[in-house]
Amino acid sequence: MSASISIKNITKRYDSVTVLDDINLHIEDGEFVVFLGPSGCGKSTLLRMIAGLESITEGSIDIGEKRIDTLPPGQRGVAMVFQSYALYPHMTTRQNMAFGLENVKVAQDEIDRRVNDAAKILEIDHLLDRKPGRLSGGQRQRVAIGRAIVKEPKAFLFDEPLSNLDAALRGRTRLELAQLHQRLGSTMIFVTHDQVEAMTLADRIVIMHNQKIEQIGTPMEIYQYPASRFVAEFVGSPPMSMLPINSIENTPDGVTVEVSGAGKVVTAIVLPPEFNATNAVIGIRAEDTAVVAAEEDGLDLTIKVIERLGDRTLLYGTLIDGTDLIAEDSGRSKVKAGDMVRVSISPQAAHIFDGDGLAYHSQMEV
Amino acid sequence: MAESYRRSRWTNGLFVVPYLSVFLTLLVFPLGWGIWLSLNKVDLFGGERFIGLKNYARVLSDPIFGQAVKNTLIFVGVSVPTLVILGLFLALALNKTSKGSSFLRGLFFASSILSVTIVTLIWRIVFIPNDGLMSLIFEFFGWQPIGFLSTTGWSLFSVGVATVWWCIGLPMMLFLAALQQIPKDLYEAAALDNASRWRVLTRITLPSIKSTIMLVAIIQVVMQFQLFGQAQLMTNGGPAGSSRPIVMYIYEVGFLRWDIGMGAAASQILFLIILCAAMLQYWVSTRKEEVDA
Repeated sequence: MSASISIKNITKRYDSVTVLDDINLHIEDGEFVVFLGPSGCGKSTLLRMIAGLESITEGSIDIGEKRIDTLPPGQRGVAMVFQSYALYPHMTTRQNMAFGLENVKVAQDEIDRRVNDAAKILEIDHLLDRKPGRLSGGQRQRVAIGRAIVKEPKAFLFDEPLSNLDAALRGRTRLELAQLHQRLGSTMIFVTHDQVEAMTLADRIVIMHNQKIEQIGTPMEIYQYPASRFVAEFVGSPPMSMLPINSIENTPDGVTVEVSGAGKVVTAIVLPPEFNATNAVIGIRAEDTAVVAAEEDGLDLTIKVIERLGDRTLLYGTLIDGTDLIAEDSGRSKVKAGDMVRVSISPQAAHIFDGDGLAYHSQMEV
Repeated sequence: MAESYRRSRWTNGLFVVPYLSVFLTLLVFPLGWGIWLSLNKVDLFGGERFIGLKNYARVLSDPIFGQAVKNTLIFVGVSVPTLVILGLFLALALNKTSKGSSFLRGLFFASSILSVTIVTLIWRIVFIPNDGLMSLIFEFFGWQPIGFLSTTGWSLFSVGVATVWWCIGLPMMLFLAALQQIPKDLYEAAALDNASRWRVLTRITLPSIKSTIMLVAIIQVVMQFQLFGQAQLMTNGGPAGSSRPIVMYIYEVGFLRWDIGMGAAASQILFLIILCAAMLQYWVSTRKEEVDA
């Protein structure tokens, strides 16, 4: 039932404006792929092109062995869950779910079987005779997913389906979607700008930026080995701190960089000989820092803002030259705003980005 | 402080006084006065004498009134569905963002801003015998000419054509407004659901604008029962009263025969007919909705 999806050299232009530029992507059968990126990066457009709701300017899309970009949306074998759910307001839940099957003349007893099965999976069997106006946001969301399930599509397409739910319901629905994917084993593409959704749901994340794919990888690859400065700053909360590099000194075990406001930082990163240090930065995540005693080696950080998250405390501060750095301390941290603390950084976990934003990582396992 | 906001004070009523005074002066008072007149023997030169329901008995026993009611019912029965269906069709066809459809929307709406005198003048030129547009067309094809304004049956038809042409703008605009309220993603969902154009129309579009269809129908029923100007100016109710509507009957009785009481009684009967028609429509539509739900 489910199938792989191949996107080959897809380009989308509106007159002179290019929205997507030469996108290539292969999604395996049964894979859960999340398109992640800031607003306007083209992720929804790419999803809608797969669904057939947007035309493509160049390139092709295959589902399984079949080219589908020339087919109308209903014949592509995909089902979509919209951000607004797009339930037919004058139809009951049952009619909403059955509508697509009736259109392709599926036998009534088969329609009933599929609707009842999907309703049972989603625990909406008691809502089948209600119209969308009498359902809560979470219930509508389930009906929208149910409408997709009954079609038994080759691939499910989700266009930011959780963004209209409140925080608690969003977390729960996220978990249920993951379970649904395990249960159905279908190919799923999920568009979001929420990195938590991407990290928790995806087998692979496709990071999109400036009309292009910035990086494709598993959530941990993306997090630990961001391909570019954009990815490093976009994924992870709080974002990675970037400290400007003044000079670089090569050693056999990696480079030692001179950072303004922080002095020398010894890293395990090996840079190629042609590396250009102009505008290069070193990136450090908050969890790779620690508050240490004043006599130990480290950087002096003047704390401006403190965020207490319970299990950990985030310290937003500036180094002596005014560069911003976010550090992390334990949940029981006694640090107050205005304090100066000594912060050590874990050199193995640092990343270096050149002037073009290209990333270089430590060779050591982090 | 909060207490004073919650408490209902008579001064709050001052906010509705401006509207209420207009409403009472221009609607409630004339309505009541009309009812009072219909129970009196009154003529235009003054003098009132209470005669109870005698005016109603006179109106209801007048065969000319019976004919006017029949004419009006036929006219409403044909023109209202035509206006609703044609308005809906135009709205569906012009529900696009192209310049051409904007121009056509303006064109179809343009007739609505003309006065009834101009409208009837235009349509008299179309229907008039010998030099009229229709007679020229009939002549061109070698057909037997029809006296559109002077033949029983055709005269009411001609008034109907002019009315539809004159009134089509409003239904079209109301339908367009309703169509543009339908979320675009419903159509996208329908496209992914493999719905044919017919299924999209009947299962998505029409149910989504059901309340507007009802609104347009009720507005048109109320308006078309009040047909007067077109019939007066195009056919003068003829031939042999075959295109005389109720309002024209009221006008003739009240202002040509100076029998204000009887005219007022006929007006009250028309009021009741319109009220019943609108209520019936409303009742049928809401009952159907309950069955659906």
